[in-house]
Amino acid sequence: MKERKKFLDINPKIWGPIFSLVVIIVIMGIIDPGFIQIEFKDGRLYGSLIDILVRATPTAIIALGMAVVIGTKGIDLSVGSVVAICGAVAAVLIVETQLPFFMVVIVSVLVGGGIGFLNGIMVSFIGIQPIIATLILMVSGRGIAQLVTGGRAVSFDSTAMDIIGSGALLAIPVRLWIMTALVLCTVLLLRKTALGLFLESVGANAKASRLLGIEARMLKVIAYIFSGMCAAVAGMILIADVSTAEINRLGLWLELDAILAVVLAGASLNGGRIYLGLTIIGALIIQTLTTIIFSSGVPVEYNLIVKACIILAVLLIQSETTKNYVSQLRTKSLENRHAE
Amino acid sequence: MNISNLTKLIKIAVGTTVIALSSAASMAELTIGFAQTGSESGWRTAFTNATKAEAEARGYNFKFSDGQGKQENQIKAIRSFIAQGVDGIVLAPLVTTGWDKVLKEAQRAKIPVVLVDRGLDSDPSLYVTSVGSDFTQEGAMIAAWLAVETEGTCDIVELQGAVGADAAIKRQTGFANVIENFSGMKIIASQTGSWSATGGKEVMESFLKSIGGENICAVWAHNDNMAIGAAQAIKEAGLKPSEDILIGSVDAIAEIFKTMADGETNVTLELSPYQGAAAFDALEAHLAGKDVPKRITVPGGLFYPETAAEEWAKRK
Amino acid sequence: MGVLEPVVDVQPLLEIKNISKGFAGVQALNKVSFSIAPGEIHALLGENGAGKSTFIKVLTGVYTRDSGKILFDGQDFHATSSGHAQTQGVSTVYQEVNLIPTMTVTENLTLLQQPKRFGLISPKRAKQRALEMLERVGLNIDPSKQLDSYSIAVQQLVAIARAIGTKAKLLILDEPTASLDAKEVLRLFELMRQLKSQGISIIFVTHFLDQVYEITDRITVLRNGSFIGTYATKKLPQAELIHAMVGKSLDELTSGSNRETSDSADDVLRIQNFGKQRFLKPVDLSIAKGEIVGLAGMLGSGRSELCEIIFGAQAVDQGSMEIAQNAVHIKSPKQAIDHGLGYCPEDRKIDGIIAELSVRENMILALQAKRGWLKPIPMTEQKAMVESMIERLSIKTPNLNKPIGELSGGNQQKVILARWLLTQPTLLLLDEPTRGIDIGAHHDIIAIMKELCEQGMSLLVASSELEELVIFAHRVVVMKDRKKVMELTGSDISQKSIVNAIAQ
Ligand SMILES: Nc1ncnc2c1ncn2[C@@H]1O[C@H](COP(=O)(O)OP(=O)(O)OP(=O)(O)O)[C@@H](O)[C@H]1O
Ligand SMILES: [Mg+2]
Repeated sequence: MKERKKFLDINPKIWGPIFSLVVIIVIMGIIDPGFIQIEFKDGRLYGSLIDILVRATPTAIIALGMAVVIGTKGIDLSVGSVVAICGAVAAVLIVETQLPFFMVVIVSVLVGGGIGFLNGIMVSFIGIQPIIATLILMVSGRGIAQLVTGGRAVSFDSTAMDIIGSGALLAIPVRLWIMTALVLCTVLLLRKTALGLFLESVGANAKASRLLGIEARMLKVIAYIFSGMCAAVAGMILIADVSTAEINRLGLWLELDAILAVVLAGASLNGGRIYLGLTIIGALIIQTLTTIIFSSGVPVEYNLIVKACIILAVLLIQSETTKNYVSQLRTKSLENRHAE
Repeated sequence: MNISNLTKLIKIAVGTTVIALSSAASMAELTIGFAQTGSESGWRTAFTNATKAEAEARGYNFKFSDGQGKQENQIKAIRSFIAQGVDGIVLAPLVTTGWDKVLKEAQRAKIPVVLVDRGLDSDPSLYVTSVGSDFTQEGAMIAAWLAVETEGTCDIVELQGAVGADAAIKRQTGFANVIENFSGMKIIASQTGSWSATGGKEVMESFLKSIGGENICAVWAHNDNMAIGAAQAIKEAGLKPSEDILIGSVDAIAEIFKTMADGETNVTLELSPYQGAAAFDALEAHLAGKDVPKRITVPGGLFYPETAAEEWAKRK
Repeated sequence: MGVLEPVVDVQPLLEIKNISKGFAGVQALNKVSFSIAPGEIHALLGENGAGKSTFIKVLTGVYTRDSGKILFDGQDFHATSSGHAQTQGVSTVYQEVNLIPTMTVTENLTLLQQPKRFGLISPKRAKQRALEMLERVGLNIDPSKQLDSYSIAVQQLVAIARAIGTKAKLLILDEPTASLDAKEVLRLFELMRQLKSQGISIIFVTHFLDQVYEITDRITVLRNGSFIGTYATKKLPQAELIHAMVGKSLDELTSGSNRETSDSADDVLRIQNFGKQRFLKPVDLSIAKGEIVGLAGMLGSGRSELCEIIFGAQAVDQGSMEIAQNAVHIKSPKQAIDHGLGYCPEDRKIDGIIAELSVRENMILALQAKRGWLKPIPMTEQKAMVESMIERLSIKTPNLNKPIGELSGGNQQKVILARWLLTQPTLLLLDEPTRGIDIGAHHDIIAIMKELCEQGMSLLVASSELEELVIFAHRVVVMKDRKKVMELTGSDISQKSIVNAIAQ
């Protein structure tokens, strides 16, 4: 009992995003009961909710890296381009070489990590503002991806990739397993060691952290490396989806969705807090909206408007100011009642 | 219905006639220069080869220049054509601006220039005509094919290109213009797949759930990538693409032939690589003193599963 | 309890009636009522976390009150923000300097009222205005420089200049003297008297009781968010005041200490010719095991600078350093910590606390950093350590997981001290460790310092409170103009000798 009360004490914030997601899904379920139906088909679960989970994986994985970077008071705009580059590298390796699949994975993830390393060096050792340092790659990255593939979309035939793209294990899509594993590893890495605490400390106050003996600069580099690696994994999942690396469009605008997911999780862009689980919820909220829009018949011109309005509503629900305002209204009405 | 009906349909739809400038009398040996953009894609190479073959068939003294993706190379090539005193120049412009100076030089030398593939943002008096296909017509052709295939009865879902893109808007319009003529054909859902296979797949997945696969007769995708994605979504929903649900798209990228050969989509449309012939016809007509319209449309070619395996072998 | 205030017959300028304010887990103010007369200097006193800053923030609209009423000049007063309060005649200097560090001094001073010329901001007039405002607080600095290029003391004075620059009827100063030296405090008092003679009322929050007796007319005491009483300063003896604040009597601070000089073979730190160009002139200094060395000097004399270079926060360019008889080259705080050093910086808000993180996290961070990220301290162990520290330093916090930024200023300071105690350093550098700490805790901290050195820890303590230096230091190093000018030992240590050394 006492423990439970403490748990609630720690994180009153966590209910905001979860509440928003549940409300959205419940409303949709009432409007269209088919939306929340889940069937068992061809050895895997099938339904809109499963689609949402499956579709959200790339964004969620990127957002995981983004959450860490934002926690250190940085931002990584290059992730969309890293997705394209690493997707291109993986596709070209599969088509042009005989490398075993796990080597392809390792090389792509290393490429992603390497790009993250460059970002990190620019931010933390050269001292370029994160938004500018990562903008460089955001702009030039897609060109690099084109160089990798010689300007063409590369399609490939790979059983391993097919499994990642649309396979299922125990009726659950493989990519969900991948995401779950990644989230668990990250949670273990950040919360079962002191790494998460150090990253947050650096994000909240880099100067004070240095005086505490925390290697602030190195930690920032690590955050960017992690973000690059996450983007690489997301890139591979995205190309596995359709067995093609469409570099021109691969990962386009994903950085914005990832940032949004982190913000929906309740993190501040000023750094200092990393919410891993909630970031995944944030990504799910975004994907739920996208799926709803696709299946609702909204004319395409309104896609983004509808999405923006709902997200604004969610952010409003979660905002401190709104909460304060509501509680103020409540005490005022109480006072009035007392006065009468 | 047969092919002639189909052509008629397209004519209704597009409202223009494909200009056939019959080569009256074969001209005496002409020297023609062709400034190509480069060889960036399979289609571009096919285009170059088809043009070379046509020039050979006509017995031209044909001068070919590969711009290697650089405008200054193309400008250099035109200057050298002018210096060699060719009878006419065919230009496949890499970009739409920056040509005025060199085109004026050609005009001063009285050498006619015909544009192929793309138009220009310049004064139309600087060239004889511009040969190419157009997006509206592409949409119309797929619609016409679908009308023939389903005998005018079909509930269609549309996968649009990026919201607001010129190609997407025109392909949509062209398609809509044709199916308007058939009371049994209608678009029951339309969303953007933002030109990508992933996008096409994701949108199709949600259509399959919200509408139900059995209620969809065909997918009309504004490009091949989205068609490939849609085919996968249909397969994963336990249906057979191209049979349970028809799929038509435009662009004829190499990969679509593989998909088609696997029996997963029904038709694609290729921008014609045979624009060379029309360009040469226009040049000859101009040299013979005839009037040539400023815009000549060359319809693309439809490709079907029958030849898909062969095309895939050629293009991959 | 205490001496009851006779009823004032003039209409009060400010009347507070039953103000309450709660935060999650704490009732920071509980039905507080008192009043301020026109033209009086009114001390607001209480222990760390008593609710003084919260009261001020509620008054000026930074926080919304849960209930209660405020009358200002007889009118219902409901400020919505500190800017709004200011336009209503209530100017405030908050405990945490809240100017904009990246703007120039001029911009900070004229932000609210830009001097305009033909509708455009006139930089020349703005600078003129800024100079006049600085003049009033006796500050002679270049206002076109960025604010954060000056020390916190200067920033504090700029904040005061800004507050009195606007036409206020009530001026609120929350621990304005915490980072000022004696001369600056005198200057500020002069200014306060001058404002008082103009009929302006002042609310003055401080932990320096001497200052309370020197300048204030009346005193209001808060304890644990509750109103204890309002007293006429002259009629309230210090012992009774302390009793009102802490709720129990305190023994007088014991003065004098055992000053046996230690053996030089036991030196934990020895620096020779240690300095940095344009930062600190070369210094020779050694500190023995179990010794407390005091660092005296005026603001900017090089006290903090000496701590910084010893700790590796600034790279030195000359001299040598030995720790426990081994020559070392410390290039970063991390290395310093690995060699057993610890450092509580002067500017708690910028260099000390990590505001978003909890009390627990803030407290264990230094120890955790020392152990490395791979060896996390188990949660139960963390809790035990933190809880015992909270108890030992009597830190006021509702729970371990409260963000440290939400603690009162003095309690934040204690958490930071606890942070270093947990690392069990051999040498702890403390820059102004008692700043903003209430009288009870002040006593505790000095006692803890003594206890630590008995256990063999060495301390280097920079302080502007000569009185306390005299009490605990075995040796006092006097700094002046970024140079060491004198070292006093044993019976030579007295306030007078230190002042003389500084004045030379
Ligand atoms: N923003 C906040 N959120 C939650 N609790 C707060 C907040 N601000 C203050 N408190 C709590 O309210 C109590 C009173 O704090 P306050 O800052 O008013 O103390 P104070 O009297 O100014 O102390 P000090 O002398 O240390 O500055 C403390 O227990 C503190 O933890
Ligand atoms: Mg305070």
